[in-house]
Amino acid sequence: MTQVLAPGAPDAAPRPSSRLAGSDRRSLLLWSLGLLVVVVLGYLVLSPLVYLVWRGLTTGQGFGLGNIAAAYGVPGTGEMLLNSFLFAGGSALVSTVTGTALAFFCVRSNAPMKPLLYAASIVPLIVPGILYTIAWVYLVGGNVGVIKRAFNTVGLGFAVPDAFSLPGMILIDGLHLSPLVFLLMYAAFRSTDPSLEESAMMSGATVPQTVRRVTLPLVRPALLGAVLIMLVRGLESFETPAVLGMPSGTWVFTSRIYDALHTYPIKYDQASIYSLSLLLITVAGLLLVQYMNRRGERYQTVTGKGFRPRTMDLGKWRWPVSIGFVVYFLVAVVAPLLILLWMSLLPYYQAPGIGPLASMGLGNYSELFTTRGITQSIKNSVILALTSATAVMLFTAVISWLVLKSKFRGRRLLDLLASFPLAMPGLVLGVALIFIYLRSPLPIYGTLAILFIAYVTRYLPYGMRYSGSSLAQVGIELEESARMSGATWRDTFRRIVLPLMAPGLVAGWIYVVVVSVRELSSSILLYSQNTRVMSVTIWELWQNGQTGVLAALGVCMVVVLMALVGVAYKLGAKIGVREG
Amino acid sequence: MRMLEVRGLYKGFADESKHGRVRAVDEVSFTVRQGDFFTMLGPSGCGKTTTLRCIAGLERPDKGEISVNGEVLYSSVTGISVSANHRNLGMVFQSYAIWPHMNVYDNVAFPLRVGTRRRTPKKEVRQRVERALEVVDLGHLAGRFATKLSGGQQQRLALARALVIEPAVLLLDEPLSNLDAKLRESLRFELKRLQRDQGITTVYVTHDQTEALSMSNQIAVMCAGRISQVGTPFSVYLQPQNDFVADFVGLTNFIDGVVCEVSGQGGTVRTDNGDLVVETLTDLGVGDACVVSVRPEQVQVVNQDTVRGGPNVLAGTIANRLFTGESMDYQVDVGSETIRCRTGASHRMSTGKPVQLVLPAAHCIALRRTASTSPSSAAVTT
Repeated sequence: MTQVLAPGAPDAAPRPSSRLAGSDRRSLLLWSLGLLVVVVLGYLVLSPLVYLVWRGLTTGQGFGLGNIAAAYGVPGTGEMLLNSFLFAGGSALVSTVTGTALAFFCVRSNAPMKPLLYAASIVPLIVPGILYTIAWVYLVGGNVGVIKRAFNTVGLGFAVPDAFSLPGMILIDGLHLSPLVFLLMYAAFRSTDPSLEESAMMSGATVPQTVRRVTLPLVRPALLGAVLIMLVRGLESFETPAVLGMPSGTWVFTSRIYDALHTYPIKYDQASIYSLSLLLITVAGLLLVQYMNRRGERYQTVTGKGFRPRTMDLGKWRWPVSIGFVVYFLVAVVAPLLILLWMSLLPYYQAPGIGPLASMGLGNYSELFTTRGITQSIKNSVILALTSATAVMLFTAVISWLVLKSKFRGRRLLDLLASFPLAMPGLVLGVALIFIYLRSPLPIYGTLAILFIAYVTRYLPYGMRYSGSSLAQVGIELEESARMSGATWRDTFRRIVLPLMAPGLVAGWIYVVVVSVRELSSSILLYSQNTRVMSVTIWELWQNGQTGVLAALGVCMVVVLMALVGVAYKLGAKIGVREG
Repeated sequence: MRMLEVRGLYKGFADESKHGRVRAVDEVSFTVRQGDFFTMLGPSGCGKTTTLRCIAGLERPDKGEISVNGEVLYSSVTGISVSANHRNLGMVFQSYAIWPHMNVYDNVAFPLRVGTRRRTPKKEVRQRVERALEVVDLGHLAGRFATKLSGGQQQRLALARALVIEPAVLLLDEPLSNLDAKLRESLRFELKRLQRDQGITTVYVTHDQTEALSMSNQIAVMCAGRISQVGTPFSVYLQPQNDFVADFVGLTNFIDGVVCEVSGQGGTVRTDNGDLVVETLTDLGVGDACVVSVRPEQVQVVNQDTVRGGPNVLAGTIANRLFTGESMDYQVDVGSETIRCRTGASHRMSTGKPVQLVLPAAHCIALRRTASTSPSSAAVTT
């Protein structure tokens, strides 16, 4: 539609030939841009898949299913499968119940201190999984756990699951994932038209009846979607099974993959088969979510209109409910952070109390600068986070422009490719990248470049959500009216589209920085001596038992990440709701 | 003097559900004189917005020619197609398309700061923006953020932005449809006054017949991509050329019948409930099936006992009545038909009462029955 015109053209009747040339040049430009994007995107997303399948299905004698039989013939496989699903199902249950309850009371009730409730509900999302899990070891772990010991002294120890057991893993992972459910359900409850409930009340239904027969059925599609997403997340989860499961012999898919690649002899075939299996399950799960979302549209609860949600009067339950949430806040948010802070101030771990106060100091923090490799890993993390966030946002801004605003033929394919990594567990991506670059003539194995590729691939879908939704907000009429005002395509893009997209792009950039700094499951397979990142350093400090330094590094990380999220939140971004 | 000329405009859209293309705009031709207010009126999907967007340059027609003030903007024959930003036309969008990241002043100044007008001196920009804001009575809000304006103010801001470039033609795409009824009515007067004072040639798109009738010099009634009738508001309302126009513009009764006599302009139509004398027969001969159109406000409702007899008098009973404030609306059962009548509010009769209806021959128009009376499936939305 846009043509390149010589200045002063409106007066003189221009020659048709020059216009056609201009229009052709533009479409050629668009076409080659699109092709370039397809090739790069296809390489990033599809090459890991191809290599995984190829590696999994070839044995020494060519193609065959021998690897599958071998991998599933390993003793303990049945138990591993059972554990995987118990763990994923259990943590999905924990996160769905807590997240939904929090969201319901936060949106639809007159519970006091709602802003605090909201903040409490999303903070665990900001804390890196590895830190959250390690903190919990010191809360409910066998001999050291503070809470565990407190309950033991009053003879209620059985009520607190040990961190190094399946129930403990489920509880910790579930609490860590519950902010995701909270954000998904928060959106669903907010967008329910209150008049639907009011008409149920007018029909004579009581409040509990209304909740059970109208409110919950209306958010059922969102709820089912959340459960499935959490199941997938539980299966992908690496930190909890690695920190708590491996020492106690509770194996799941992810820890098996890690183990296959980190114990001698290295079992690449087994890793590839487990990775493929895990990938198949996660893809199936997310396809199901998408299918249900499409079916769910007939409920039409999400109309994009800003309703004022109807709040329910809790009556005499107002205070008991609030106390419940304060307890949740203390246990799930404050306690893990406090224990980290406590650990970081002591030269070696001692249970909280009056005695150790004397030995408190900032020794661990100064050790951050002296311990070998830590400053290097901080530098690496910063470099990787900044470069991959910038690359992701620039790349996805172009992709979403092609998908939403151009008439490029392959735009549906682009959208599909860019969202696919959502279904790819970090560990699986790591395995695939090892296969590719171990033999590739490109000498990037063991450099920061391979981590950069992993981060960019993993966080493309998040970038797409941000740039896509901010571009979609720029209504077509806003661009058209600029053109009617005489603006050229460049004017329109620079003065209308970009300024309107900017908050979304910045928020997305910060979000990708945050998740890149937290990233562990891909990095743990791809780092080398000189390319450690912060999360890997924490993992190694944990392995070496240097908990004081670990906690100091963790506290610094959490403070910086929270500040970043605060900035993003100010920019109007809903952190995390885009994870689904 | 001819300001805007559209000749044989054709635009198809690929339709995924059906094979082939949907004709959104099908051989549309019309002319707008300098200073006229020209309205395209029709139901959604009739192609009126697509036609407007073709004139604006936002949509590329497949065939036809568009010229403004003698300059060809688009021609499928010579391959000329001036892009939207070089056409010097002003447009007000249905959503107003006010840029939310700019204040009122910057929104209006934007057209003078971009493209070929980017070198407009600062002083001139200020003068022209202030004048444009003065015209729409927004001068006092220049520094306010555009998103803080009310619906009516946004509409006037969009108008000021379109007027600031002193466009050859002003294009308005349902500019009043997003406002509430009261505001719509007052802005209708305002818009008409502005258009007349500025003497600006205007093309207006709407589905609201009251808007079209009250504001226009010329109305083109559109249906399924074609123009059904072009004329003044009076001729479109009083002398519809086909049953679609009669049905779409205003409210009307259709009575089925067969022409049994032709005399001059008029004739007689035989219906189930007796013969009707009509003063206008449109394109009909003896023996042709037709419908007689008569507006509710032209039907006289008289009591049964004041027997008049004679032609064009039908006996019936009142089935339903509605009081609308300014009038009484009756539904009267006459044999197999139900006829709507509108009388003064003081003329009250109760439901079930037998009455006689007088249908003045001067207001009865016999039209050919076409398929368009039952709205055809025009798949494209405007």
